[in-house]
Amino acid sequence: MTTTETPSALRRTALHATHHAHKARMVDFGGWDMPVQYRGLIEEHMAVRTAVGLFDVSHMGDIQLRGPNSLAAVQKLLMNDASKLQTGQAHYSAMLYPNGTFVDDVVLHKLGDNDYLIVINAGTREKDVQWVRQVIGGMSGVHVNDFSDYYTQLAIQGPKAQATLQKLTGVDLTPIKNYWFTWGQVCGCHNVMIARTGYTGEDGFEIYIPSDEPTSARVWGEVLAAGEEFGIIPCGLGARNTLRLESSMALYGHEISDTINVFEANLGRYCKLDKGTDFVGREALLEVQNSGGPARRLVGLEMVDRGIGRDGYPVATLDGTRIGEITSGSPAPFLKKNIALAYVPVAYTEVGTELAVEIRGQLVKAVVVPTPFYKRPKAVAAPITAPLS
Amino acid sequence: MSYPEKYRYAKSHEWLAIDGDTGSVGITDYAQSSLGDIVFVELPKVGQELTAGDSFGSVESVKAVSELYSPVTGTVTEINESLNDEPETINTAANDTWLLKLKLTSDDDGNALLSAAEYEKFVSEETGH
Repeated sequence: MTTTETPSALRRTALHATHHAHKARMVDFGGWDMPVQYRGLIEEHMAVRTAVGLFDVSHMGDIQLRGPNSLAAVQKLLMNDASKLQTGQAHYSAMLYPNGTFVDDVVLHKLGDNDYLIVINAGTREKDVQWVRQVIGGMSGVHVNDFSDYYTQLAIQGPKAQATLQKLTGVDLTPIKNYWFTWGQVCGCHNVMIARTGYTGEDGFEIYIPSDEPTSARVWGEVLAAGEEFGIIPCGLGARNTLRLESSMALYGHEISDTINVFEANLGRYCKLDKGTDFVGREALLEVQNSGGPARRLVGLEMVDRGIGRDGYPVATLDGTRIGEITSGSPAPFLKKNIALAYVPVAYTEVGTELAVEIRGQLVKAVVVPTPFYKRPKAVAAPITAPLS
Repeated sequence: MSYPEKYRYAKSHEWLAIDGDTGSVGITDYAQSSLGDIVFVELPKVGQELTAGDSFGSVESVKAVSELYSPVTGTVTEINESLNDEPETINTAANDTWLLKLKLTSDDDGNALLSAAEYEKFVSEETGH
């Protein structure tokens, strides 16, 4: 066993002292000193699947593009079709290199006409901001602002997320659809962006509050108090990772990177080659598409025999020929199975294909399964019944 | 954290309890706490011969894999099969949960290992608090 010291050069969110007060175990995540777990990863994971959990995700970055040419800039920069967004709507998208691989995946929010907010990953913040400025270059009528340090971003996630947050705001949360957002007062803070987004595969909200320490700590405490009756607990990046993995959501540096293209990552549905703008990466992806698609693709694996496939473990055929690698692998606390995402040649991507994961020199049987591994149950709508008369 | 005085401790965070020529091996309270929720234990087969310092298996939490090292030299006589179904027992009772038993085959009685007090000091130095 080894333990790693956390050097003080790591960046901290406004809730750093709060995490220590909760006795969180901290880790270096992309240069940030972040809580990996508080009371226990499994307990935190289960709270989000069955009740509600609270995450500090202030390490995420926020880039605003504003001005009369901001839509044109966003269309050139990102692979999804931003012209389809209405004010108050968000979608998943990505910034690509000219060869069709990933600079980063993002969530794009349309704040208003000529006004967009791109939420980016923590570990790629500086690179992303630089890339945005480089791609937009001398384009006139667009102003780029890095607002990353202005927000404390809290994620309230789980079937009881709405009930929790509703106690803290006058805004009616019910009409906010998945991947839509609004603004309103939360815990006494004005004009808080309230988005029905998240990275857990569960219903939930992300709120963007002022990043000063007193406000951040106060809102954190009020959310925990409001959620107490529903069983809320603070959740760390450990649970965030297993939750996103069960839901088969990509993580930068694992399923997506500068050596993996959009089609390999199965993210083609968010890539609009025919949106009418020649975005960065489009030509290379057209070529991949026209030459019969990618040679390898991301698949879901479930371990059949005893063993846990983990990040970086080789994937092989049953006779031991190495054909690929796991990008993320872990026990899945809710599903109670050992699951993994892996890149393998397309010939091995069919559901039911038996493969092996090489675990410390041993071949352990696994099978290709459909993704996402976990899909949350659809909310049951109130039955429409004729009034009894 | 508690470290029973009757055990001897390895710097790789296993404990050893000796009874006659039999040694029982577990992982320390510190080890289980560092790992977090333990979900999987891989142990050797009965009959395997281990030299002090040999890797004999692994213990895995949701987040991490940790190799296990034998604190003494001996032959595996018994493994704790109940850990296949209930590996979380290690989290709840690390000091009372042995992973395997060895028949000691050398004069090594674990005296080179750390005492409870020495181990506690070692851990506090390693973690810096």
